[in-house]
Amino acid sequence: MTAEIVAWLAQDGITNGAIYALLALALLLVFTVTRVIFVPQGEFIAYAALSLALMESGRVPGTIYILLAGGALAAAMETARAVRERALARLPRILALYVVLPAAVAGAVWWAVPRNLAQWVQILLVLAMVVPLGPIMYRVAYQPLASASVLVLFIVSMAVHYVLMGLSLVFFGGEGLRSRPFSEGQFQLGVLNVSAQSLWVVAASLVLIAALWFLFERTIYGKALRATAVNRVGARLVGIPTNLMGQLSFLLAAFIGAVSGILISPITTLYYDTGFIIGLKGFVGAILGGMVSYPLAAVGALAVGLLESFASFWASAYKESIVFTLIIPVLVWLSLRSHHVEEEEEK
Amino acid sequence: MTPARAAFGLFLAFLVAAPFALPEFYVTLMNYIGLAALVTLGLVLLTGVAGLMSFGQQAFVGIGAYATGVLTTVYAVSPWLSLPAGLALTGLAALGIGAITVRLSGHYLPISTIAWGIALYFVFGNLEILGRYNGLQGVPPITVGGWTVDSGRDSYVLIWVATLAALVAARNLLDSRSGRAVRALRFRGTMAESFGVDTARLKLVVFLYAALLAALSGWLYAHFLRFVSPGPFNVNAGIEYLFMAVVGGASSVWGAVVGASVLTMLKEWLKDILPALFEQSGNYEVIVFGVLMVALLHRTSAGLMPAFARLVPTSRREARPREAAPLARRERPRAGEPLLDVRAAHKQFGGLVAVSHLSFDMKSGEILGLIGPNGAGKSTMFNLITGVLAADDGEILFRGERIDRLPSRDIARRGIGRTFQHVNLVGAMSVLENVAIGAHLRGRHGSVASILRLDRAEEARLRAEAARQVERAGLGEHLLDAAGSLPLGQQRLVEIARALAADPVLLLLDEPAAGLRYREKQALAALLRGLREEGISILLVEHDMDFVMGLVDRLVVMDFGEKLAEGLPQEIQRNPAVIEAYLGGIE
Repeated sequence: MTAEIVAWLAQDGITNGAIYALLALALLLVFTVTRVIFVPQGEFIAYAALSLALMESGRVPGTIYILLAGGALAAAMETARAVRERALARLPRILALYVVLPAAVAGAVWWAVPRNLAQWVQILLVLAMVVPLGPIMYRVAYQPLASASVLVLFIVSMAVHYVLMGLSLVFFGGEGLRSRPFSEGQFQLGVLNVSAQSLWVVAASLVLIAALWFLFERTIYGKALRATAVNRVGARLVGIPTNLMGQLSFLLAAFIGAVSGILISPITTLYYDTGFIIGLKGFVGAILGGMVSYPLAAVGALAVGLLESFASFWASAYKESIVFTLIIPVLVWLSLRSHHVEEEEEK
Repeated sequence: MTPARAAFGLFLAFLVAAPFALPEFYVTLMNYIGLAALVTLGLVLLTGVAGLMSFGQQAFVGIGAYATGVLTTVYAVSPWLSLPAGLALTGLAALGIGAITVRLSGHYLPISTIAWGIALYFVFGNLEILGRYNGLQGVPPITVGGWTVDSGRDSYVLIWVATLAALVAARNLLDSRSGRAVRALRFRGTMAESFGVDTARLKLVVFLYAALLAALSGWLYAHFLRFVSPGPFNVNAGIEYLFMAVVGGASSVWGAVVGASVLTMLKEWLKDILPALFEQSGNYEVIVFGVLMVALLHRTSAGLMPAFARLVPTSRREARPREAAPLARRERPRAGEPLLDVRAAHKQFGGLVAVSHLSFDMKSGEILGLIGPNGAGKSTMFNLITGVLAADDGEILFRGERIDRLPSRDIARRGIGRTFQHVNLVGAMSVLENVAIGAHLRGRHGSVASILRLDRAEEARLRAEAARQVERAGLGEHLLDAAGSLPLGQQRLVEIARALAADPVLLLLDEPAAGLRYREKQALAALLRGLREEGISILLVEHDMDFVMGLVDRLVVMDFGEKLAEGLPQEIQRNPAVIEAYLGGIE
């Protein structure tokens, strides 16, 4: 193995690792705030990437139908609740949020697709289509079960994942798609050919991580999210609306997922079901961070990316086996180390 | 005959009639249900009851199937030899994986089960001897005597006999000394350890049992289909078993059958009708399946089994225990012998010193009160004595032997029983069963004996002993009620009864009178005096001063982790330092 290959594999690993790190952060955020193991994270990646690729080829992505239908469902559930609680004053807000907004986005996409606008406009439209799916998903599937066990919430996650994956096949078809790179450039860094897209991925990940840090440390919503994560009941007692926090965490997770999908779609061919395994590796990264620490989760995800890249060089058929087996000793070490801490929580 | 037995009889009658009455297609479907129910049953025990989430059961099914596949096709071994071989291999794998991963706490366990599940799937698919992704063809049928099990109807018999046996075994296990401990694992691990349960070992036992059921299912599967390929052992299969457990109701063994039936039939049905509804081809099953699952869980997040159980008005109450020969009792130290000696015990949580080089001692036959304002470190002191927390410094001796380095289950074995400040009962279990956990160390039959029902004589004695202690604590009328349904004060009495069931030499009571009414307090005081007469020594933490002063022989007063005073109740009541700590200083 030459230094060149090492450098090349490292570049590949870091690029993927940066994506896994983003996903790990999103998973961690959703888990700590809502106790949901967020399996459908992978779908946001696929939806964003495939929608962008379809729009570039001049077709209207089916994502808008999912958005409209999901919005209608959420609106129906909210309306039923408003009627039950005799709070009809809420109706205009419900309509605006869950019906008018999705319809506006759908209309904009419909209008924009044949006009073949600049790439950044299309990216914004994709975000506008995919990101609202997060809070809608929370409202429809998870909110009625907010106090159920982690196991039940996980099963709901799997069910939602199945639904979205099935819809993905219906609307995007079984073929793999790629979108155009943001910029074509390649440049030389020592022996290494660095593609501009890789730099985009790493840079965007760093910016997003910094933005998240700012959100959690410096804004009232970020602090409310953290408070909910630490103690749900306590947060409710001091007046934090925990359902809103759930929706907010899903919104952020959907945003992170969609951005990840847009970033990788020029380098990787994505299929309707690719999102799942990418999300899973992000999950592994989050676990390596102990499901509590954001910086550790990012480091863990980076390690997963590097491990995968080198494993695929040495024994490509066993790539997944190696990635997932090598994690076990790390888990054991983490578990042994954190033993006494958990003991105290057990009361 | 109770309605529950009638329902079971009806189910058996259906199982017997099914292969005669149903067309081939449905018999095959029933076979798949049985195979899935076996695996799901293991998962119900592991995940639903013991609280250990696993995504990896399909890997054990795979080991069982591939073991028999290779042995029978490549080495022409009889299936009846490959079954024990497969079980042994699975057992070894489960012990190996389990020894490492079952002790993982929280989220580490589920992720590591995903990890090994994915890893084994790719191993199955890439090994030459396992036929790579093409799999192994021509697995021979099982023969029993002269009977060759080669049709779906023949396999039906084998599969459902195995499934029923596993169901009965699981029910027997849960209804036993080990079973009570298993049911305490999920939320009450610390409590179980305090009564002598080796929780790590018990988790491994449950894990092993679930893995063996999965391997058995794999063996049956390989000989029923006569073909093994990696496809059915990927992660999705493992997740599907979890679906079955949750949808069926993960807290009941019958939930496994319900979940396996509902999901297997639903998938088959969707495959049938959906292509007719949608002209365009597509994976519509998963969409409808997912929607139905979410809708179902919105309606009943505890799964279907509780809803089914409501249809059958079961005789929910277990039988009152019969009289049985009393259990052997521990020999008690003579009154006045040194019993407990705490020497400069010290415990710090970060910067907070909870117990600061505290010393006191206790003689046998004494009731010693440990009092002090909130946050003085009294409960931490209890946890140090019982090994729930490890002391940072100092020594604790019990009857002359150092116990401060022992795990709490070994301390319990030496005759220290305790109650918890925050009531630590298994709410869904009856008062009787909760108290019987206290007597855990006075029985010796393990999981295998209880599956085979060899433990019945001992079990009757344990339950009779538990009933006696419940009676003694004044809760006779609540013997069979769910512990979680009692008011808090009475739950504290259950805690005392459980500690007494352990036949302790030293009893540690953490605020036993909190939440009791005046008369109940008087009864409790009378009970504790009676225990002292019997030679049981008591260390008591309590805030109700009338209760304490009238009962104890001596008092130790703690404040900010340090000993403020020690002496007879009258002396303590006059001690200015104590008065200041409790009432504030006088200007």
